[in-house]
Amino acid sequence: MNQPANATIPNQAPAAVAAVGADMFAAAVEAQAVPVERVDWKPPMEGTVDDLATVAADPLRRDANALAVSRMLDVQAMLVGVAPASELLGLEKGQFLHAGPPIEWARTAGPLRGALMGAAAFEGLVEDPEDAVALFESGTEVTLEPCHHRSAVGPMAGVVSPSMWMFVLEDPATGRRTYCSLNEGLGKVLRYGAYSAEVLERLRWMRDSLGPLLAEAVEAAGPIDATAILGQMLQMGDEAHNRNRAGTLMLLRDLAPHLVRSSRPAEDVAQALAFVGGNDHFFLNVAMPACKLALDAGRDIEGSTMVVAMARNGTDFGIQVSGTGDQWFTGPAQLADGLFLGDYGPEDANPDIGDSAITETAGIGGFAMAAAPAIVRFVGGTVPDALATSRRMREITIGENNRWPIPVLDFAGAATGIDVSAVCRTGILPQINTGMAGRVAGVGQVGAGLVTPPASIFPAALAALAERTRSRGAGA
Amino acid sequence: MTVEHVEIRPGAYADSVALLQVSRDVAATPGVAAAQVAMATDLNLEVLAGMGFTLPPASLNDMVVALRLDDEAALPAALAAVDAALAAARKGSTSGDTTVAAPRTTGSALRRAGGGLALVSVPGASALVEAMDALDAGSDVMVFSDNVPVEQELAMKQIARSRGLLVMGPDCGTAVVGGVGLGFANTTEPGRVGIVAASGTGCQQVLALLDRAGVGVSAALGVGGRDLSTAIGGISTMTALDRLDADPSIEQVIVVSKPPAPEVAAAVEEYAAGLGTPVRFALLGGDQPDITTQVEGLLADLGVAVPEWPTWGTPATATGGSALRGLFVGGTLCDEAMLLAAQSLGPVRSNIPLSPELALGSDLTADGHLMIDFGDDGLTRGRAHPMIDPTLRLDHLAKVAQDPETAVILLDVVLGHGAQADPAADLAPAIAAARGVREVPVVVACVGTSADPQGLERQAEALAAAGAEVHLSNAAATRRAVALVSGGTL
Repeated sequence: MNQPANATIPNQAPAAVAAVGADMFAAAVEAQAVPVERVDWKPPMEGTVDDLATVAADPLRRDANALAVSRMLDVQAMLVGVAPASELLGLEKGQFLHAGPPIEWARTAGPLRGALMGAAAFEGLVEDPEDAVALFESGTEVTLEPCHHRSAVGPMAGVVSPSMWMFVLEDPATGRRTYCSLNEGLGKVLRYGAYSAEVLERLRWMRDSLGPLLAEAVEAAGPIDATAILGQMLQMGDEAHNRNRAGTLMLLRDLAPHLVRSSRPAEDVAQALAFVGGNDHFFLNVAMPACKLALDAGRDIEGSTMVVAMARNGTDFGIQVSGTGDQWFTGPAQLADGLFLGDYGPEDANPDIGDSAITETAGIGGFAMAAAPAIVRFVGGTVPDALATSRRMREITIGENNRWPIPVLDFAGAATGIDVSAVCRTGILPQINTGMAGRVAGVGQVGAGLVTPPASIFPAALAALAERTRSRGAGA
Repeated sequence: MTVEHVEIRPGAYADSVALLQVSRDVAATPGVAAAQVAMATDLNLEVLAGMGFTLPPASLNDMVVALRLDDEAALPAALAAVDAALAAARKGSTSGDTTVAAPRTTGSALRRAGGGLALVSVPGASALVEAMDALDAGSDVMVFSDNVPVEQELAMKQIARSRGLLVMGPDCGTAVVGGVGLGFANTTEPGRVGIVAASGTGCQQVLALLDRAGVGVSAALGVGGRDLSTAIGGISTMTALDRLDADPSIEQVIVVSKPPAPEVAAAVEEYAAGLGTPVRFALLGGDQPDITTQVEGLLADLGVAVPEWPTWGTPATATGGSALRGLFVGGTLCDEAMLLAAQSLGPVRSNIPLSPELALGSDLTADGHLMIDFGDDGLTRGRAHPMIDPTLRLDHLAKVAQDPETAVILLDVVLGHGAQADPAADLAPAIAAARGVREVPVVVACVGTSADPQGLERQAEALAAAGAEVHLSNAAATRRAVALVSGGTL
């Protein structure tokens, strides 16, 4: 019989022993001069023991997870266009997309509320954003839908309305596409729930000037490889969630000649260059749909325990898992732990919000913290914490992404493909780098920091996976 | 006036062996009358209640710290001792780099080690999950854990077989691979025999006897006590046979098992007949030869003379009483002793009875002949194996010694890697105390080799000095005990 690589050869001592459980057995092996790798084992999350066994014994699981990761890693995310949401998504007046799992107006948090109010004014549904409250309360002329349900992702409140311009990312092998709005900058911006006149003015400028300019430049530049830029960013001190400085400048480098050659007046071009160059987060809105494009390729594989989306709407934190289709598993969004702008403090912050955790879901952001020593202080950490975090995330991921190597970790690929069962086994929650929006509608950004999903959603997803395993008549 | 201090530490975890050591260290602290630090399993809660502690509600994942102190003033020192002992039990990262933490799953550990064999001894309910990591990494796995549901055992073995991998266990106490002992294993010379064992202590008996006869062992692959049951169908036994058959250094294979399902035994024997290497089956059962007899047969197959199996101590003499009381740490040794004793003495009550009507109640006492396997799942849930933690057996030894009905006490002592560093240090004084009551005969099967960390001779002599009659062969020890019950000498 052909034996697998690590099969026991009766007369040969094992090259190494991985020991989990009572230390005395590990010590006994070590005393016989065989290298031992000891597992720091702890009991799994409460109530998950039986479901873990069922899912572990699912004959589909191993190959399903390998397929999910390989499909994800095979995706090349190319920036192919910029166009209004109405054209790209068929979004009509009164239809709004938002970040996170589905939510109704009554349960929306301040930042999402503020962003929707601002977007309603921007679309001309109301004159004054304050008047939009009645519009959304009545619910007759407006609809709310998660960005994720339309192949899109939205940072923070993630509100998308028909007139907003969006990046289009495409996987050339399959033609699949994902979308994200253009980044407005920091501070008082719609995505943080601000809706003052200056916010709406900027949105109009982005609609009338920046969007069309970018569309022309991207068209002329030809597809831009976002996946490759992400790899370079990690070499240059970005983790592509809270720090996108290198990515933004690389995008600008690719677009600048075409912006200059565009049909638009030089003054418009100068404004666009200044805006993009002065906005370190501009590339985030390309990184996010690039990550979603990759993760969507890993969706809907029966038996796979890989997380394909993590998203928050400011009230709920939700995840979707490859093996459970479009089902959301939700729990209360947590408050981030971090640093505050100006006089703001923890009492001013809204719980976690945004689709941007798609970056961590894909293995960057908090997972690649070690690549971005410059931001660890901004998000309240130290360099050793960042190294430990990136290594710790390997305990809950299925694979690593060799296109996204982290130099300081000896160029190990970013930990990729969060495994629901590994989270339940270890109790290690995904680490997310995040911005903090003000709790009250209209305030805008108040800080940035670190956050994790609510622990309960992973056992809930595991239970659903186990239920499906059992209904297939498989597993122990 | 003693005071009691009980606290629950939610979410703290340490394995049962580590906690045993912690409890001992704390109990030795001045001012501490009794100490038990344990995970809040049902069995441990019972033990704590038995010690007289009043316990608040606790969940399975909580740690209980229970202290009985000479007075309130002793508390801070006792708690400091708990923390120090727990810290000592905690193995930190081997690297000086504080940003590299130890792996948290078997899969992660195998990735870091670049492959190898996995050794799983977590609580049974979590064993499958760790074992599957090994199979997913293309590695064989030894599952020491007991209390693994049989359907989980079947699932992991089916997956392993489909990938050409070997699952040793669950409840696999012993294996030797390329001279490396895993779990409870004896130190033997490498050689021309391969062992497949659905029985840990049965395997150790074979290792000990072959070593005495000067025959080396290339490998002993454990398969778990249930492998030859109807539910499992000998899956790992067949894989283990394939592995040994593929090894040209092995001339002869012996399969040793607790009583198997007859149809599975037949199927595996047929499978073995198709292999190139001759296979001898030492399967315990009503009319089957005992393990020692089978090893003698194996020696004959190899053309090696059968030595005289050694004994130590003065032959015991009967002093009254009518019942044989066997207190075992080895399940197969207990099985073998029951099968042999039942032939001449009739029914033997047990917690692992030969037939259901002979089952013992939870107090583990009965009139008449009685044999207890302290290594059985029911007595190890949430606590260490009796080859590591002898407390339960020592308690029962004192009890049966005081029972005038007890005619002979039969014990086993199993040496090797993983077992207690010096079992005689606890057992010899207990035997002496038992014999102090009325010189009740104590017969011991001491299974081990001279090269074992504990040293066979040193252990046997210490037990003999305490008044026990000591044998290397469990079958020989049992026959002697039976003869003493029957009132005579052999």
